[in-house]
Amino acid sequence: MTPTPIPAAAVATRPSVGDRGRPGRLRASIRRRWQLYLLVIPPLLYFALFKYLPMGNAVIAFKDYNIIAGIWASDWVGLEHFVRFFGNPMFQTVVSNTFLLSLYALIASFPIPIILALALNEVRGRFFKRTVQMVTYAPYFISTVIVVSMAILILSPRIGLASDLLGFFGVPQTDWLAKPDFFRHVYVWTEVWQTAGYSAVIYLAALASVDPGLYEAAKVDGANRLQKIWHVDLPSIMPTIVVVLILSVGSIMAVGFEKAFLLQNPLNLSQSEIIATYTYKLGILNADFSLATAVGLFNSVINLALLLGVNTISKRVTGNGLW
Amino acid sequence: MVSAVTVAEKKGEPTQAPAAAGRRTRPTKVRESLVDRLFLVGVYALLITFLLVVLLPLLYIVASSFSSPAAVSAGRVFLWPVEFTLRGYEVALSSPKIVRGFTNSLFYTAAGTLISVTLTVMLAYPLSRADFVGRKVLTGAVVFTMLFAGGMIPTYLVVQAMGMLDTRWALLIPNAVAVWPAILAITYFRTAIPDEVREAGELDGASDLRILWTLVLPLATPMIAVIALMYAIVQWNSYFDALIYLRDESLYPLQLVLRNILILNTDGGGDATSALERQQLANLLKYSLIVISTVPVMLIYPFVARYFTKGLLLGAVKG
Repeated sequence: MTPTPIPAAAVATRPSVGDRGRPGRLRASIRRRWQLYLLVIPPLLYFALFKYLPMGNAVIAFKDYNIIAGIWASDWVGLEHFVRFFGNPMFQTVVSNTFLLSLYALIASFPIPIILALALNEVRGRFFKRTVQMVTYAPYFISTVIVVSMAILILSPRIGLASDLLGFFGVPQTDWLAKPDFFRHVYVWTEVWQTAGYSAVIYLAALASVDPGLYEAAKVDGANRLQKIWHVDLPSIMPTIVVVLILSVGSIMAVGFEKAFLLQNPLNLSQSEIIATYTYKLGILNADFSLATAVGLFNSVINLALLLGVNTISKRVTGNGLW
Repeated sequence: MVSAVTVAEKKGEPTQAPAAAGRRTRPTKVRESLVDRLFLVGVYALLITFLLVVLLPLLYIVASSFSSPAAVSAGRVFLWPVEFTLRGYEVALSSPKIVRGFTNSLFYTAAGTLISVTLTVMLAYPLSRADFVGRKVLTGAVVFTMLFAGGMIPTYLVVQAMGMLDTRWALLIPNAVAVWPAILAITYFRTAIPDEVREAGELDGASDLRILWTLVLPLATPMIAVIALMYAIVQWNSYFDALIYLRDESLYPLQLVLRNILILNTDGGGDATSALERQQLANLLKYSLIVISTVPVMLIYPFVARYFTKGLLLGAVKG
């Protein structure tokens, strides 16, 4: 951390914009700002090693990966692993499970934060508003392991909270988590429970920046609260809603591994096996690296295509996009 | 961690002010119409429902964790402890596995956060400087990793090739830098630190590193606190990397230990003698464990929450 005086020559020869080509500018910048370039090397090395190298390693999806020979010496097999995956009966199961789970989660968890934000925005009492916000925000910070454990405990037959409440209404005792049909409900509603408060924050911020003049105008026109929400609040936060929707639709096939894996048990696999958990089992547990990589790559490509596609459509239709 | 929180609290105040000033002042009506008042009743009812739906499960868990093993196993606990006892906590804290998981997690969280924050700042500061040629290409390369990834197995192979499997490094390095905090940091450096700061430093003949260390970082403490807390919570809560990279149980972080006890139902009877008592204690232990592992996060979350909000917005502007 010893200060290095800037050489006078470097200051004098500081390139003015536009008088040199790109390589010249880069060289001059490195000479002048070498400490910045030094600083950025370790994090760039990190991205090269742990993000870009894996992208290169993904070629084993097109090879017959042999641990001893290594990635580059293994034999090319073309699309064999993809063909194997598409021909496997599990293909349909995991793809449709992933899609349906995600679609359900999207439909359930998209509108609720908007409703929560609009309702909070109507509240005048600061204390009440803050309390609701802090409490609904809290579950976002609880770990997946804990949320799943809580769901299992609460839904467990005989001792859980749910069986008490449902028993009160005369619903018979059931082991919910052993029912394949129930997996998606547990997954989606714990998701809503965990993220609604967090997702509402971004809408609340958008609502806070609505032009007060619009409310004045609405008042002059004699609008009631509901009309005001419909004609002022909702249109004002529409760009935010669109961006959030693009992101959610774009990531519809990118269901995370963590929660589905924890909620899985041998009885509900017919609905709980998704692409991510299937990849884990093929790759880490069965050590079929090439096939697992092919499945993962298939999923990554679909995700990228979806995100780009949805973004393009949105830009064309609404004028709002991610970039 | 503690010092980061207090710093965040102190330094945060001035930056909070503009947000508060910008808050909309709703014109107050003298008398609301009947329709509006009914509507407002509906709004409050809805919000109270939200509040209860989030709160009840949490209260139920806490109440159960302080109840007797028999009461928990018979399903007699609702929102208040039945036959109050600390038995669940005694069993949890006397289990070497749990205590080791807890201390492991403390280590992973402290070390991981330090590494992550350092690397993120090293990445973000140069990329925030307009005179850093190549920053657009590099930022693009960083952001691209958010859109496309090699996948679980290719990453596993890299970790394996580097000899990190079954070592503590596997939880500290492969996910050290996240793109989102990096964008947050870049945006903060670019928008919240005036150029005059750097120019003043250069006039005094300070080098870029010295400017960053003595002038820019002190001004960036609120942002550093946010990303540190973000990384800390993610590290504390994650189990996936440990699941795929670690075999040695003595290295397990708390979340993976919890998963084995809570979800796979292995172990956890403590020093109970009879089979029935064992089963009952195992049940109670789960509730106590949930509380023990969540308390650290719930203690720092209120500090994080307000900065998370700001981070979310800052990220949204740029991202």
